[in-house]
Order: sequence, then C-alpha cells, then structure tokens
Amino acid sequence: MIRYDYHGTGFAGWQEKLNHYEPAFLLKLFRDMLRIRIIEEEIERRYWQDHMKSPIHLVIGQEATSVGACAALTRADLLYASHRTHGNYLAKGGDLKAMLCEMHCRINGCVGSRGGSMHLMDKSVGMAGSSAIVAGVVPIATGAAFAAQMQDESYVTTVFLGDAATEEGAVSEALNFAALKQLPIVYFCENNFYSVQSPLHTRQPQREIYKWAASYGMPSVLVDGTNVLAVYEAMQAAVARAKQGGGPTFIESPVYRFRAHGGAGDDSKTGYRDIAEREAWQKVCPVETYFAFLKSAGLIDEQARKVMAGEIMAETMEAFDFALASPNPTEADLYTHVYAD
Amino acid sequence: MPWDEGLVNSLVYDAPDPKEGRVLGYAQAVNEALEIALKQDPSVFVFGQGVDDPTAMFGVTKDLQDKFGEKRVFDSPLSEEGMMGMSVGAAMNGLRPVFMHNRPDFILLAFNQLVTHAAKMHYMDNGLTKVPMVVWAAIGRGWGSGAQHSQAIQGLLIGVPGLKIVMPSTPYDAKGLMLSAILDNNPVLVFEHRWLMKKDGIVPEDFYRVPLGKGIYRRRGKDVTIVGASHALELGLQAANKLAAEGIDVEVIDLRTIKPLDEEIIHESLKKTGRLVVVDTGWSMGGVCAEIGCLAAEKWFDSLKAPVRRIGLPDIPHPAGYTLEQFFYPDVKRISQTIRELVHQ
Repeated sequence: MIRYDYHGTGFAGWQEKLNHYEPAFLLKLFRDMLRIRIIEEEIERRYWQDHMKSPIHLVIGQEATSVGACAALTRADLLYASHRTHGNYLAKGGDLKAMLCEMHCRINGCVGSRGGSMHLMDKSVGMAGSSAIVAGVVPIATGAAFAAQMQDESYVTTVFLGDAATEEGAVSEALNFAALKQLPIVYFCENNFYSVQSPLHTRQPQREIYKWAASYGMPSVLVDGTNVLAVYEAMQAAVARAKQGGGPTFIESPVYRFRAHGGAGDDSKTGYRDIAEREAWQKVCPVETYFAFLKSAGLIDEQARKVMAGEIMAETMEAFDFALASPNPTEADLYTHVYAD
Repeated sequence: MPWDEGLVNSLVYDAPDPKEGRVLGYAQAVNEALEIALKQDPSVFVFGQGVDDPTAMFGVTKDLQDKFGEKRVFDSPLSEEGMMGMSVGAAMNGLRPVFMHNRPDFILLAFNQLVTHAAKMHYMDNGLTKVPMVVWAAIGRGWGSGAQHSQAIQGLLIGVPGLKIVMPSTPYDAKGLMLSAILDNNPVLVFEHRWLMKKDGIVPEDFYRVPLGKGIYRRRGKDVTIVGASHALELGLQAANKLAAEGIDVEVIDLRTIKPLDEEIIHESLKKTGRLVVVDTGWSMGGVCAEIGCLAAEKWFDSLKAPVRRIGLPDIPHPAGYTLEQFFYPDVKRISQTIRELVHQ
C-alpha cells in the first residue's frame, strides 16, 4: 500500500524557465547531486567492512534539498543540520576528505573524531552546527540568526529539520521567537514521512506541515523536494526576504528516503512501509528526473554524465584512501577542549 | 508588605562597616555587574521572563532596559528550551547572552539545550566554537514556594562536563563572580539565593572579577572544616561564629564556584582539622555534599579523624507549608549541633 504519494509535477513546465539560468549553473546542480549520490553509495558499499565505526544516515533520495538549498547560499551564510548531515555538509562546501576521516574516527576528521557521521561541522564553510537530538539545532540556529540581526551582519541562517522535529516543542518555540523578532532565518523542513520507522499519520493529525508553520506568523511554502530547481527558487526567495529584513520563512519539502533511517540498505522489507512506496518515489528520483530534464534540453548526454561520474568516483576513492591512511587520535586528544580558554 | 518580602527583610546579617568601603545590597551588586558588562561589551545582552517588569527579578535587572534599550535587555517568551537554545546559537556566533530565570526550577525545562548542547558544543566542534553564555537563577525558599519553586538543582548539573557553576554568598562575590561568568568563554550557571538578596556588603564601585574555581577562607579555625557555598555557607558561618563561644574553633571555606571545584583548599584545611562538614542548599544525595564527601573518602582518607557529615536537604521533595519547612531545611541550630557531635565524638 502506498501511504504517502508523490504529489509533485516534476519538471513539467520548467523548460520555459531554462533561459533564466546559465547552463554551467544548471550542470553544477546536477554534478553536486550526482556527487552526493556516488559518495553515499560508496559509503554504503563499504559500510559492512566496519572501518567506519560510526552510525550513518544516508541521504540517498534526498539530494535535491541539500543541493538546491545550498545553491542559494553564500559561504558566509550559515547552515545548521540534524543527524542526517552528509548531504548538507557536502552541498555547503565541506571537505570530503575531512568528512570521511570523521567517519573513520581519525584525528584529522572535520571535528577531530568527536562527531562521527551525525555531527559533521565545518565553520570555515558555514556548516555551523549539527545535532543528533531531533529539533535540537533548531533553536540554536535561531540564536545564530538573532546574533546576525543584533550585530548587523548580513549572513542568513538556514536550518534543516525533519517532519518529526515539528512535533518537538523546541521548534514551536523557535518559530515563535523568529517571527516575533523577524529574524533572518530559513526553516527548511524535509518531510520524508517517517521518523525512523514511525509513519507521519501515527504522529501528526491530518494537516499540512507548512500550513501549521504559517500559523506562527511567517511566510510558509510547500516545495517539491525532488525538483532541485524548485528548491533553489524557493530558497532564493526566502534568503532574499531574510536579507532585506523581511524575517523568517518556513519551507516544507516532501522527499523520500530510499534507504533505512540508519545504516546501509533499505529496511522497507521489515514491513513498516511498503516497498512499492519506495519504488514509486524512485521513479521520481531527484538525480534521474533532473538528468532527464537537462538531457531533453540538450545540456547533457549519457557520455558527459559518465565522464562526470568517473571524476567523482576518482575523487571519492582518493578521499577513502586518504581517510584509511590517516592517523588515529591518541589518548591525549581525549582531554582537550572540554572548556574553552 | 507581602509575606515573602517580610520574610526576606526579617533576616539578620552582620552589618558591614562603612569605614571599609561602600555598602551595597546583594541584588544591587548583581545589578551593577550587569550594568558594567552591558556598558563594556556590546555583545552582552540580558533577557528572560520578567527582566523588564516592575519587580525586575528581585531588583537585579532594575533600570537596565532604560539604560541599554529593548534590543539588549528584553522580556522573553515562556520558552525555556527554545530560549536556552537561542542563547547557545547566539553565543556560538559572537554574542554573550545572560539568560535570567526567577527560579532554577524553570531551567529544568531546558536541560536538553543546557546539558546536551551548550555544555558539549565546544568539545564536539574540536575547540573551534566557543559558547560564552550565562544562565542565572535565584533559588527560592519559604513562603509556600514548595516542590516546584524552591529547588536547588546544582547537584543535577555538577556532573556535566563543560559547565561551570557559580554560587556566591556575599554581595562582593555576587558582583565579581557575575563579571567573571560573563567574561568566561564557557556556559556558566550562576545560582543566587533569594534569602541573600537583601544582605549588605562592601562592594567596590569599579570593575573587578572574582576568579572562577577558587574558594576562600571565611573564617580560620582548627577543629572542624565547614565547606559549602551560597546561603548554606552563610548559615554555616553563623553557626561557626556561635560555636566560637563554646570553644569550638571552626574553619569555614566558601567555595564560590562548585564546578570547577577547588579541591586544594578543602584538602589544605582538612589536613589541619581532620573533620569535614559539607553544607549545601540542594539535596545531600548525589549532589555537592555527596561529591565532596566522596572526594574526602577517596583522596583524603588519611586526614580524616571522623566521618564526613553532609548537611543538605533530605531525600524528600520541598514541602510548601511553613511548619513542614521547619523540619525540612537545615538551620544554624542543626548545623551547630552536627558540629558539636563531630567534635565531641
């Protein structure tokens, strides 16, 4: 039984908008999504080897949200993430080697082996924080936006949250405050319908999350999370509003997680969701639908994609080799940075 | 006058000698610290439920909004977790929040942000991100505050790595420790006590700091060591002064900061007296009393001439009624009796 249908319209009608964009930009969006997909699949392929002693939360199927959102951000803009950090981190410009070192528990991981897969951060590219407590990072991102407003800084803060985070009181509290103070922030809600294995309808009444968010007093929109350009345009509008002092925006983006909540592979066979549901969403895979769209516009072909994939794979292999050859922390590393000077 | 005001006004403390310097009340000393911090550093902001109301958090935030504006001193929504998280994010990005609560009980709503985020971010980001924030609250006691408005929660937090916990007992310390807390680059909890709010003391007008993590001798003696902080220490000091007339010579150590804990000063004193009484405004079990008692047993056993005594709260929720309170809270009489037993054992 398909419980949660795709209600979008894909790239129908988007051909007319193509001339608004530079081809290089359009191709970069594709490359960034393909890169995340390939890296994630390689992580998944190697996960059984147990060199990555870290939980993983794969973002396969949800590449368009990270890439579309980050395309609307500058390096100085801040991004806060939940536990599903890989896509956010890579799209925001995080270093792949540092990410894989983190997942291999090496000292040169992006946070010195204190985070693992769930806590990827890199201040140098504006990947400002992540939390494995659902909704934990949402008030923190709100505070970052408050800091920008108070210090007259021009950066915009974006925070990724899942559908289940909207059930946490902290999100209500954050939305209320952001609307009250008209903070420069974008709340980006990826609604993938499942919290671990708990379906949305057992957790929330029949309603649309973006309409609920609008009741806090901010513009709130629904955007097709499989369409990278739609995500980009919604984010662009939200970021422009924030930069102009227009306050916060909430974006709900329905997407589908092709894999289990955590670990390698899909766990639909355990029965909490129908395999047919996943398969239906795989027909609107964000990477493939966008590829087909670009191909029909004559911007890319199979051969060019193959070259692109080859480059990404080479980069990925090099990064894995680097991580596996990197040093482990020593006992002395355990004791540093408990307190700041 | 309302009953609670009357109760706090009726408390008698040793009056400071004006010849020694300027005399100032406890709440005014904290107010002065906040004013200095706001004046010195534009990144400091002060907020919390009721900071700008007429009672101004016991007077601690009095006139601050008039002086520094609504952007830097503001009332907050009743969103303890959300606002604690907001403070964390603000602190991670260049600001120095001071988040005020009328009671520590309200901080319990924000433990996720305090314990799992504020305290951990610096470590989790491998030292790149700092979280310089102050969380302030005044412990209540009496006039029916009961189980949900009287709790002293330092014992729940003392075991959390990454936090600092400050508990002043004098107006001088309240100002100097608050300034140190605001200037510190870590999350610092400042727990005041409602019953100290009208205590006077000598408080210099200018900026000064009292270092975090360092205790101080309030009284020198050779027979017994009392160690503690905040209002419990004040009671201990009163007991010590009373016992002097009986020939019992009590040494009193004010910890000022219970985390980081100044172990050295406790050990130094214990080597001399051999007897230790730990006083605290919180529960004895699993809290400040338990931790210091355990340290004595583990590290300083050879110095002990008698068992360590804990004077905190019993393992019972705070009652609301006046009569039950008299049985529940330690007082000077009970502290004195414990010390007598220890000395004459």
